[in-house]
Amino acid sequence: MSDSRIDVKKTYKLFIGGAFPRSESGRTYEVKDSKGNFIANPSLASRKDLRDAVVAARGAHGGWSGATAFNRGQILYRIAEMMEGRTAQFVDEIVALEGVTPSVAKKQVEEAIDLWVWYSGWCDKIGSIYGSTNAVSGSFYNFTIPEALGVVTVFAPAKPSLLGLVQSLAPVLAGGNTAIVIASEKYPLGAITLSEALGTSDLPGGVVNILTGSPAELAPWASSHMDIDGIDASGLSTAQEKDLRIAGADNLKRIFRFKEAKSPQRVLSFMENKTVWHPIGV
Amino acid sequence: MTFEYSGAPESKAIVTIDPLYKLFIGGKFVAPKSGKTFTTINPATEEVLAKIAYAEKSDIDKAVKAAQDGLKVWSKMAPAERGKYLYRIARIMQERAREFAVLETMDNGKPIRETRDIDIPLSAAHFFYHAGWADKLEHAGVGENPKPYGVVGQIIPWNFPLLMLAWKVAPALATGNTVVLKPAETTPLTALLFAQVCQQAELPAGVVNIVTGDGATGAALVNHPGINKIAFTGSTDVGKLIARSVAGTGKGLTLELGGKGANIVFEDAPIDETVEGIINGIFFNQGHVCCAGSRLLVQENIQEELLEKLKRRMSQIRLGDPLDKNTDIGAINSREQLEKITELAISGDTEGAERFSAACTIPAKGFWYPPTFFTGVTQAHRIAREEIFGPVLSVISFRTPQEAIEKANNTPYGLSAGVWTDKGSRILWTAKHLKAGVIWANTFNKFDPASPFGGYKESGWGREGGRHGLAAYLKGAK
Amino acid sequence: MVTTAAALTDGSLASIKGFLKTLSPVDQVGADARAAMLATRSIKTASKKWAIDMAISMIDLTTLEGADTDGKVKAICNKAIRPDPTDPTVPHVGAICVYNDMVATARKHLDESGGGDIPVAAVSTAFPSGRASLEVKERDTKDAIADGATEIDMVIDRGAFLSGDLEKVYSEIVYIKSLCGDKAHLKVILETGELVTYDNVRKASFLAMAAGADFIKTSTGKVAPAATAPVVLVMLEAVRDFYEMTGVRIGVKPAGGIRTTKDAIKQLVLVKETAGEEWLNPGLFRIGASALLNDLLMQRQKLTSGHYGGANYVTLD
Repeated sequence: MSDSRIDVKKTYKLFIGGAFPRSESGRTYEVKDSKGNFIANPSLASRKDLRDAVVAARGAHGGWSGATAFNRGQILYRIAEMMEGRTAQFVDEIVALEGVTPSVAKKQVEEAIDLWVWYSGWCDKIGSIYGSTNAVSGSFYNFTIPEALGVVTVFAPAKPSLLGLVQSLAPVLAGGNTAIVIASEKYPLGAITLSEALGTSDLPGGVVNILTGSPAELAPWASSHMDIDGIDASGLSTAQEKDLRIAGADNLKRIFRFKEAKSPQRVLSFMENKTVWHPIGV
Repeated sequence: MTFEYSGAPESKAIVTIDPLYKLFIGGKFVAPKSGKTFTTINPATEEVLAKIAYAEKSDIDKAVKAAQDGLKVWSKMAPAERGKYLYRIARIMQERAREFAVLETMDNGKPIRETRDIDIPLSAAHFFYHAGWADKLEHAGVGENPKPYGVVGQIIPWNFPLLMLAWKVAPALATGNTVVLKPAETTPLTALLFAQVCQQAELPAGVVNIVTGDGATGAALVNHPGINKIAFTGSTDVGKLIARSVAGTGKGLTLELGGKGANIVFEDAPIDETVEGIINGIFFNQGHVCCAGSRLLVQENIQEELLEKLKRRMSQIRLGDPLDKNTDIGAINSREQLEKITELAISGDTEGAERFSAACTIPAKGFWYPPTFFTGVTQAHRIAREEIFGPVLSVISFRTPQEAIEKANNTPYGLSAGVWTDKGSRILWTAKHLKAGVIWANTFNKFDPASPFGGYKESGWGREGGRHGLAAYLKGAK
Repeated sequence: MVTTAAALTDGSLASIKGFLKTLSPVDQVGADARAAMLATRSIKTASKKWAIDMAISMIDLTTLEGADTDGKVKAICNKAIRPDPTDPTVPHVGAICVYNDMVATARKHLDESGGGDIPVAAVSTAFPSGRASLEVKERDTKDAIADGATEIDMVIDRGAFLSGDLEKVYSEIVYIKSLCGDKAHLKVILETGELVTYDNVRKASFLAMAAGADFIKTSTGKVAPAATAPVVLVMLEAVRDFYEMTGVRIGVKPAGGIRTTKDAIKQLVLVKETAGEEWLNPGLFRIGASALLNDLLMQRQKLTSGHYGGANYVTLD
C-alpha cells in the first residue's frame, strides 16, 4: 500500500517573531536541487518582511541580552539537541541542494551541531576572558565588560549552507544579540529547517528571525535600516559589502566579514565594551 | 575687603615659539611642496602665535612613503627595543611637561591648571603604559600572533591636542605600526613640539610623521592608498564621511566621535560631590569634551535643591586668562566654535528653555562663553539632542530609574554617562542598562591609559586605552 | 525652608536619627578631590598679604601641654597681643586657648598687658578624651567660665557617637551650652580623627549645630589625622547647609596640623569657595594652632621686605 501514499510536503515559510508567516508580499521563488528539479517555493521576503523582522528582533533584545549567560548557554545547547533529532532531514536537504554525498552532508550537519555546543559554552565565559579590571591611577575601581551590541543581520555564506549559517549565527547569539538571518538564496532549506528547530528549542520568539529570498535585494534595506546595529557580511560579494558599508555608515553599523569558522573574536565583534568607574572610599 | 585672588600667571618664558613650523617627515622638518602656510592663534588673546606649513597631497605622499620606509625598521625591531623608545618618549615628555603645558594652554585656550595637572601628565602616562605592551602583544587578546596594520593615518581634534596625539601614537607605535598624524588646524603646536621629542628620543626616521593642515589635508590622508588603517577622533559627521571613504578599501578604521552624555542624579546622591561632578562633567575644558555630561538628568524631587547648589557653585567658577593658575574656565578654542555654541544656546532660548549663566566678566579680547545651564528642557529640544561642545548644560528631570534610562538612551550617541546615587545595587543596575561605552558612577570625566574609552552607537568604533584599545591596532584571527 | 535649630530635633534618639537621615551622604573620593583641587589655588602678592593678616587674626593661639606653666601661658599671651614686636601693623590673634586651670592666669595677664579684647578659650569637658561623668564635665566648664573664659571648647563623647547613643551626645552639648548661656561661646570638638568617615563628620557636625554649638571644631590636636583639608571642607559644607536651613551661621575651627602659611591659606581658600566670604572673619572661622603664627610672621616679613627671613628674626614665643 505504501507505493500509493502521497508525500506530505512542507511549505517553506519565513520565521519572524517566533511565528512562521509567509511573505507579506505574497511572493515566492523556486528552489531547485543540484540536478535542476523543482524542490520548493520558499517565500521571497520583501523589505517589509525585513522591517517586521527588525521590529521582532529589537523587541526580543532586552529579554535575550538580559537573560543570564548560563541561561543563554543552555538554550544554545538546546538548539544543538533539537538539530540532532533532525539530522536526517538536514542531510537530505543538503544532499539535494548542494549535490554532495550523504556522508559529506552528514559531516556538515554534525559540525554545525557541534558548533552550537562550542558557542553555547562561550556564553558565560566571554566576559571573564575578554573583560578586564583595569589598574587605573587614583582611588577607583574600574572594569570593562563586553555587552551585546543589539540587532545583527546575518548574510551567511552560501556554502556549506547549514554550517556556514551556524558559523555566522551562533556567535551573534552567544554574545546576547538578536538576529535577522538572510538565508542563502540558492540553498535556503537548511535555514528554514533550522528555524523549525529554533522554534522548539526554548529560544524566545524574535531572538532569531529568518528570511528567505534575495540577499542582493535585501542588503541595501538592511544596510540603511537605522535600527540594525551590526551586519555579518560574510555571505556577500565584496562589491555588495562595499555598498553595505557606505550605506551602513549612516548609523555607523558594525560590519564584519569573517574567515575563521570558530573564534571568540566572532562573538566579540558583535559586542560593545562598557567600562565602569567607581570611587573606592569609606 | 574681600579675599580676591591676585593674578597668578604661569610664566611663558619656558616656551620658545618659532615663527614658522614645517612638516615633520622622515625624522626631519621639511617645507611643504607648495610653500603654503596658515596661522595658529592664541584664542584667549587672538594673537598670532606662529605660521604653520600647509600639507597637500604631494606632502602626504611623501609622509606616507616615509612611514612605509620607517615600517621596515620599526616592524622588524625587537619588540622590547621598540618599547624602550616609548619609555624614552614618556620620560622626555615628563621632563618637558611644563613647557608642553604652557604651549598647550597658549594654543588651545584651556586653563594651565588642566594642561599642567591632566593633559600633559596623562599624555606621558599613555606612552609609559603602552611602552610596556610592546613586548607582550601575544597577551593582547587578539590571538597568538597578532600583526600590526602597517602605516596608520591618524587625525586628531583640537580639544585635547597632545593627549589625543598620545592616545593615537602610543598604541600604534607599541604594536609596531608607523604613523602619519594630522593635528587639528587650530592646535598644531604641541604636536610639533612632540616631533622635537621624537628627535630627542632618536626615534627611527619615519616612525612618526606629522603633517599639518585642514580638512582637505585630512581627506588626502584618509584616501591615500598607502595607508593601512585610519584612526580618527572628531565629529560624528566627519566620522561617517571617513567610514564611507574607506568602504571597500580594506583599510582598518577606528572612530572616536561625538556624544551627548547623560549625567543621572538620583535623590540619594552625595549632593556636594555630585555638584562637583556636574561642574566637572560639563565645564571641564570649556565643555569641549566628546564625553561631556551635557544632559543633566535629575530626579524631580531634588531638582530645586540641586540646581540651587549648582548655581551657587557656578558663581565660584573663575573664567579668564588661561595661563592664570587660578583659572577654571579658559577660552573657547576658536571663533567658529564660539559661534556654534552661541547659535545652539540661542535655540534653547527660542525653543522655550530657561537659561542661567554664571556672572563672569568676559575679557575684551578672545573667545569666551560663560558657564550656562538650561532648565525646562525636554527630549525634543535641540540642546537636548545636539552636541554643543561647549559649557552649556541641559537639565531634564525624571521620576523613576526606568524613565531615567529611557531618556538617557534616547539619543543616537552612546559615548559616556554618569550615575550618582549612594545605593550600590542601583549603580550597577543603571550602569547595566545605559547604552554607553564609559560610565562614571559617583565621579565624572576620569581618564586613564589603562581604561578603555570609546562609544556605543554613533559615538564610534572601537576603544582607545587599555588592552581593548591596543587591540584596535592589531590584526588578529577573525 | 528656614526653621529654627531647636526645631530640627526634639532630642529623642528617634528624632535625632530621623533628622540625620535627611542629610546627604558624602563621597570620600569626591570630597578628597575637591579639597585637593582647592589646594592648587595660587595665592600671590596682595591677596597673600591679606590672607596672612586674616589668618593671624583667626588664630586661637594654643598651649595644651601637661608641662604648661604660668610662665609659658604669659609668654603666649604676650605673643598674642603683639605677634611681631618689630611691626605694630600686625593684628593680634583671635584668642588664647588653654587648659581650664590656666584660664585665670591668661585672662589676668592679657588684661594687664593691653590684650583685654583678646578672649580666652578653655578646653573643657574632660578634654581631650571626654571620658568622665557629666558632673565632672559640668564642673570643668563652670570653673572655666568663672575664671574668665568666654569661649568653651568642649569635646563630644565619641564613644557614644560611634555606639549609636546619639541622644547622649546631643544632650551633653545641650547641657554644656546651657552652662555657657550668654557668658561664653561654645565650640564643639568632633575629634574627626576618631569619627574617621566623612559621613560621620557631617552627621556629627549637624548634631552639634542642632544642639546649640556656636562653632564646630575638628580636633583636640591630640589625635591624628586632625584638621585635614577634606574634613574642613565637609564641615564648611555643613555650616553652609545649616545656614540655608535655619538662617544661623555657625563657625568652624580647624585645629591640629596647620603649621605653615601655605596650610593656613589653603584653609582660607576652602572657606571662601565653600561656605563663602561671610565666613572669612574671626567671628566665624578660627584656626587652632601654635607654630603656625611664626611661619605667618616670617612670610609676612618676606612680603614686606622682599627677601626671605629666618627663624631668629621672629620671637620664639
